[in-house]
Amino acid sequence: MQNFETVKVETDLLILGGGMASCGAAVEAAYWAKKNNLKVTMVDKAAVDRSGAVAMGLSAINQYVGLKDGQNTVKDYVTYVKNDLMGVARDDLVASIARHVDSSVHLFEKWGLPIWKDEKGGYVHEGRWQLMINGESYKVVVAEAAKNHLGADNIIERVFIVGPIVEGGQLKGAYGFSVRENKFYIFLARAIFCAMGGAVHVFKPRSSGEGLGRAWYPPWNSGSSAYFTLKSGAEMTCQEVRFIPVRFKDAYGPVGAWFLLFKSRATNAFGGEYMVERRSELDNWKPYGHVKPIPANLRNYLGMLDVMEGKGPIYMRTEEAIQKIADQYKGDDKAYKKKMKELESEAWEDFLDMTISQAILWAASNVQPEERSSEIAAAEPYFIGSHSGASGAWVSGPEDLAGGTPYFWGYENMCTVKGLFAAGDASGASSHKFSSGSHAEGRIAAKAAVRYLVKEKPAKPTVSDDTIKKLKEATLAPLALFEQHSGFTSQIDVNPNYILPKMFMFRLQKLMDEYAGGVGAQFTTSKHLCERGLELLGMLKEDSKFLAAKDLHELMRCWENYHRMYQAEAHVRTILFREETRWPGYYFRADFPKLDNDKWLCFANCTMDPVTEEWKMLKREIIPLFKPASDHELLGG
Amino acid sequence: MPSFVNVEKCDGCKALDKTACQYICPNDLMVLDKEKMKAYNREPEMCWECYNCVKICPTQAVDVRGYADFVPMGASVVPLRSTDSIMWTVKFRSGQVKRFKFPIRTTPEGQAQPAGGFGGDPGLDGPVLFTEPDSLGCDVWLK
Ligand SMILES: Cc1cc2nc3c(=O)[nH]c(=O)nc-3n(C[C@H](O)[C@H](O)[C@H](O)COP(=O)(O)OP(=O)(O)OC[C@H]3O[C@@H](n4cnc5c(N)ncnc54)[C@H](O)[C@@H]3O)c2cc1C
Ligand code: SF4
Ligand code: SF4
Repeated sequence: MQNFETVKVETDLLILGGGMASCGAAVEAAYWAKKNNLKVTMVDKAAVDRSGAVAMGLSAINQYVGLKDGQNTVKDYVTYVKNDLMGVARDDLVASIARHVDSSVHLFEKWGLPIWKDEKGGYVHEGRWQLMINGESYKVVVAEAAKNHLGADNIIERVFIVGPIVEGGQLKGAYGFSVRENKFYIFLARAIFCAMGGAVHVFKPRSSGEGLGRAWYPPWNSGSSAYFTLKSGAEMTCQEVRFIPVRFKDAYGPVGAWFLLFKSRATNAFGGEYMVERRSELDNWKPYGHVKPIPANLRNYLGMLDVMEGKGPIYMRTEEAIQKIADQYKGDDKAYKKKMKELESEAWEDFLDMTISQAILWAASNVQPEERSSEIAAAEPYFIGSHSGASGAWVSGPEDLAGGTPYFWGYENMCTVKGLFAAGDASGASSHKFSSGSHAEGRIAAKAAVRYLVKEKPAKPTVSDDTIKKLKEATLAPLALFEQHSGFTSQIDVNPNYILPKMFMFRLQKLMDEYAGGVGAQFTTSKHLCERGLELLGMLKEDSKFLAAKDLHELMRCWENYHRMYQAEAHVRTILFREETRWPGYYFRADFPKLDNDKWLCFANCTMDPVTEEWKMLKREIIPLFKPASDHELLGG
Repeated sequence: MPSFVNVEKCDGCKALDKTACQYICPNDLMVLDKEKMKAYNREPEMCWECYNCVKICPTQAVDVRGYADFVPMGASVVPLRSTDSIMWTVKFRSGQVKRFKFPIRTTPEGQAQPAGGFGGDPGLDGPVLFTEPDSLGCDVWLK
């Protein structure tokens, strides 16, 4: 095998990932590091300008509280998030993000992100918490501020992080490799900030041909955060809380503007409106079934019931929404035309800013939204703790909000592992932070990480040459295996001595789909299905030592799928542990089909021993920070 | 094949120190065939159609053809990105063409000021972040 140089990087704070949360961490850490004479290093598998879930751009900022103008309070946001997650959220974490998020949004605007303004100069809202933006360059602008503050020399791109370096129970750093040149990397750090996004392709996507990559969630985030935190020994939370978005079918274009801005309805093929016809079903999910807005998973669920009864397709009634707007301008043709032009441009920008595939699909299908409806559908399950899912590491809250409770152990966003911090998709139980909240949370965590370095003065870690040698061998093993055996058969894809990462991924996806409630199983699973799934996962894990790679790109694919496998296991184990159905519309436990507030209004957490890989499941209490909302407030009043 | 490269237009970025499409693809898909000096998408079924390779190519050699397993043929969506705006040309299967132009940023490229002009000099203790309370426009909320 070719020679791989070992590059050793020593730093004080290591930022893993270069997405929204990491850019927030970088811009904040740079300030505090300068004051305290510390070194900060950021590593991303891609180019920070266009990496992560915001790589394509976005058409909305989904979290803005409007504190300065008294539009909403921090508590309003906490109530909203907790209800949407069927009662399962950390008040302290959600409040911590909500009190800072506007600050990140105001910075984005100064950095150059165009936010829509109304005649009076105020932000244009898509919904109560969402702002409309011209967001094609959202990530470019946010990355630029981070780079300008941190300095280009402190940013390492195109290095894939494989895992944590843990010795004698101490987290010492991270290791990985360059996907561009033959270089193996060892990072030794006194504190680590982890934000490598969520995970997709753990479940089988609906499109499995060329459209495999067109999942709603970007194919390049593959569970590295979950793997890194788990393998460091950190306690994890809400690993069962996957997210399934309902979007325009197949290309997964956003529906937010149609629902919120254009007030469009969704109906089944018979014109029936499931949100109205199935209202009584919501009684079964009280009190959350009665809150406003109705939780996302319950809205999904009502639509799914229609589909399962054969009442599909489900349509977004675009033609009706546009007609209603036209009616408002009856008699004023000129004003109507102007309004229509505006609306058309807004509708297309919604796609072009963040899901260009949807624009292609509409153009290729000759869709004129004023003439006919378009299909919407539930996508497949994703792990995205920053959106409407909740999976991630269990982290400490801030002292002033969580002090004196089991939610506080020293530093904001620190995991249960000393010196390890997490944010964005990597931290759990604090959903609905989205792009802006993830950025704010990255800032909160980075400041706390610097405080940790200053106060605790952790020693510079060292690792032995022997450890480095072992990690390097393990990292590069798929290349060695391929080189050793690929000559054995006449076609390199089929070989009894190894498995290539793509087939490994398909094997994972098939078992997750069928046993853990994917699309093919109508999102339904049970104890027996989960147990069988775990058995198959066990064999997959054994076979992971046969992963083979012909080049650096494929080596990355090997490790991505290795990470996905751990995300999958954490998911199945937690679904199995929680003996109830709390989020119908995300998944359904056929053997426990109901909400069970007496036993399960709690967090389902887990840990994995980094050495023996033994799992432990545990319940954690939901501690209300604010007095419980009254019925009146639950109903949105 | 999601993104694809027009061989006539691609010059392998020979005037640059690195291949632009390869530099930008978040999923490490674009590679340069050094013999032909042409770039290609090595794993079309892992492409998100994020268009970053399309937008960055200096010779406009990269285009996207909708996913063959669910997109009817004959449409194209082509961007032209400048320093402050982007222009989209959407061609329908029927031949109809729509054009849209949107702003992309309000500051000169490269000029984002990390503190955004906001003041504030909080201490390392407590929750106040480095541009706060200025950047919030109000005091940091405490319970
Ligand atoms: C389709 C979609 C639409 C969305 N729409 C909106 C919206 O309209 N408004 C809104 O506010 N929010 C929206 N969001 C949410 C928003 O994008 C996320 O909340 C946010 O990006 C999360 O930030 P993050 O830093 O945790 O992850 P990301 O921003 O995804 O960053 C993850 C980073 O980790 C890197 N990485 C991954 N693995 C490794 C590894 N092994 N080694 C090194 N680096 C690695 C990646 O390259 C990337 O830079 C949307 C999300 C999706 C998926
Ligand atoms: S950026 Fe364009 S010209 Fe350069 S290598 Fe890629 S396709 Fe060819
Ligand atoms: S469209 Fe995006 S994902 Fe596809 S090759 Fe280009 S940059 Fe990569």
